[in-house]
Amino acid sequence: MTAIARPLAPAAPRARRAGWVLTDAITITWRNLMQVVRNPQLAVIDTITPIMFVLLFAFVFGGAIQVPGGNYVDYLMPGIFVQTVVFGATGTAIGLAEDLQKGLIDRFRSLPMAGSAVLVGRTFSDTLRNLYTVLVMTVVGYLIGFRFHGSPVDAVLAIGLVIGFAYAIAWLSANIGLRAKSAQAAQGAIFIPIFPLTFASSAFVPVQTMPSWLRPIAQANPVTVVVNAARGLVEGNPDPHTVIAAAAWIAGIIVVFAPLALLRYRRRA
Amino acid sequence: MSQPAILTHDLRKAYGPVQALRGIDLTVPEGTILGLLGPNGAGKTTAVRILATLLVPDAGHASVAGHDVVQEPDVVRSLIGLTGQYAAVDENLTGRENLELVGRLLHLDRRDVRARGEELLREFDLVDAAGRPVRTYSGGMRRRLDLAASLVGRPAVLFLDEPTTGLDPRSRVGLWEVIERLVADGTTILLTTQYLEEADRLADRIAVIDGGQVIAEGTSDELKDRLGEDVVEIRIADTARGPEAAELLRPLAAVEPRLDREHGRISVPVHHGAGTLAEVVRRIDGAGLEVAELSLHRPSLDDVFLTLTGRRAEADPDDTTSSPAPRRRRFGRPDRRIAA
Ligand SMILES: Nc1ncnc2c1ncn2[C@@H]1O[C@H](COP(=O)(O)OP(=O)(O)O)[C@@H](O)[C@H]1O
Ligand SMILES: [Mg+2]
Repeated sequence: MTAIARPLAPAAPRARRAGWVLTDAITITWRNLMQVVRNPQLAVIDTITPIMFVLLFAFVFGGAIQVPGGNYVDYLMPGIFVQTVVFGATGTAIGLAEDLQKGLIDRFRSLPMAGSAVLVGRTFSDTLRNLYTVLVMTVVGYLIGFRFHGSPVDAVLAIGLVIGFAYAIAWLSANIGLRAKSAQAAQGAIFIPIFPLTFASSAFVPVQTMPSWLRPIAQANPVTVVVNAARGLVEGNPDPHTVIAAAAWIAGIIVVFAPLALLRYRRRA
Repeated sequence: MSQPAILTHDLRKAYGPVQALRGIDLTVPEGTILGLLGPNGAGKTTAVRILATLLVPDAGHASVAGHDVVQEPDVVRSLIGLTGQYAAVDENLTGRENLELVGRLLHLDRRDVRARGEELLREFDLVDAAGRPVRTYSGGMRRRLDLAASLVGRPAVLFLDEPTTGLDPRSRVGLWEVIERLVADGTTILLTTQYLEEADRLADRIAVIDGGQVIAEGTSDELKDRLGEDVVEIRIADTARGPEAAELLRPLAAVEPRLDREHGRISVPVHHGAGTLAEVVRRIDGAGLEVAELSLHRPSLDDVFLTLTGRRAEADPDDTTSSPAPRRRRFGRPDRRIAA
């Protein structure tokens, strides 16, 4: 066998390793996205699911909701956006649990790569997929009458909040994936926080229509905050306080859950 | 530098109440292969995971090329290759892409990544399948690719955790040949196995591990010598009289003969097999017992395991339905079958 072995050599100097987080995260992102390339049905699902959500929610709920003076599609779209990306972010838990189960994480952990890159790459690639679904939903929304009524900056900000929230939830999801015993367990576990989070919110119905005990909870729900902020931006009358609150929630979730996930990943147990 | 490539001292690890390792000492000199032989649950994977920096021990020390696995995990990672118990390859990537993934994560130059991948694909006979997603690969191909992936960085020290478990005999022999070439090339290897034949064939030294402890260590021949040079194996037609026959043969044995009551089979480790054989037959005949089967073979590692632990090695995890008795036959390789 030609030159398989190598003498016991010292490792790379520490200085070179700082840049590895980025290059390794790009490598991992490439690897994760190849999953979609190699399974075209995943791309189909990524396309059909958002179309289905938009059409179902718009036409099923649309008639039932009284939106004072507004277009119900405009009202619903930010809710559909957020709900869809939050569901999409559950893929992070499932993907990580699968990689753990198949021993791929062991392989990554035994390499002299940047440990954080596996999680950074995973949350990033899953968020890219979520960005794609948001773009699909926007196109479908436009076909059924949805419009951004604010400035282009407002529109970009609205999408930015939605994607930022998707990224934050991906980190929450990573924590569940890293603790699950199997991909199936991860799938079950991730929906325990996700369902109440998305439905006890202003995503589809105004919080005022909820029972009084639920109202304060729904009002404080980060999904409500992000949906309300995006809704304001879509309608062209953004509330700066809500937008800041939404951004704060996104940052807060990342600040808490990203280090927790990284610690868990690095834990050698 | 004469420091061992792999060194562990009093390595301990518990999972809750389960004591997986109870103080393991191992020394593997550079360029040699140590076979860590033990049944399911012995602690082999735990030891490998500690050495591969995936797990921190509760107590004791482990080092690779003098670098402590707990204190300097990054240095250790740059020196080792790991092939786990299950093929850790990405199903969605092609064989070539899997090797490139590892090469990129090892921060090799782009050109080196390519070249190294092609070299390994050739070496592991995967060129034809290199462009296919791994989910189309057979079990043997996955294992070869997994091993290739652990070699991308030209590791000085390689950990192979049951590399051939679950493979068909042909793939197994193919993988053995690859491992033999790796050792010839100077790689230090720690190989865990449940297959006695595998350790016998590949390892320079064998550490027999059971219940988280090394219960014997030495070369294959050293371990066999503990049993004498040969084993006379005799089956009595009237199984009920097995204990009587075993008693008759005890004075001839180098160490305690073993009796398989159910089958009337007695294994007698002896020092001069050919010379003792006639005496064995004379004694059995003299007692009016009928010999159903008689053979003489070199002690197998399974014989060693039985002597050391009083139990048979759980040789095949996929084969839990078969009773232990017939299973052992695969390790006893009779040199000369004398009567039937
Ligand atoms: N993650 C774990 N949690 C609890 N017990 C474990 C875990 N991993 C291994 N064990 C137990 O530790 C012992 C040694 O396991 P292992 O090192 O996998 O043995 P081997 O690889 O020799 O089969 C076994 O009893 C096994 O059940
Ligand atoms: Mg094991």
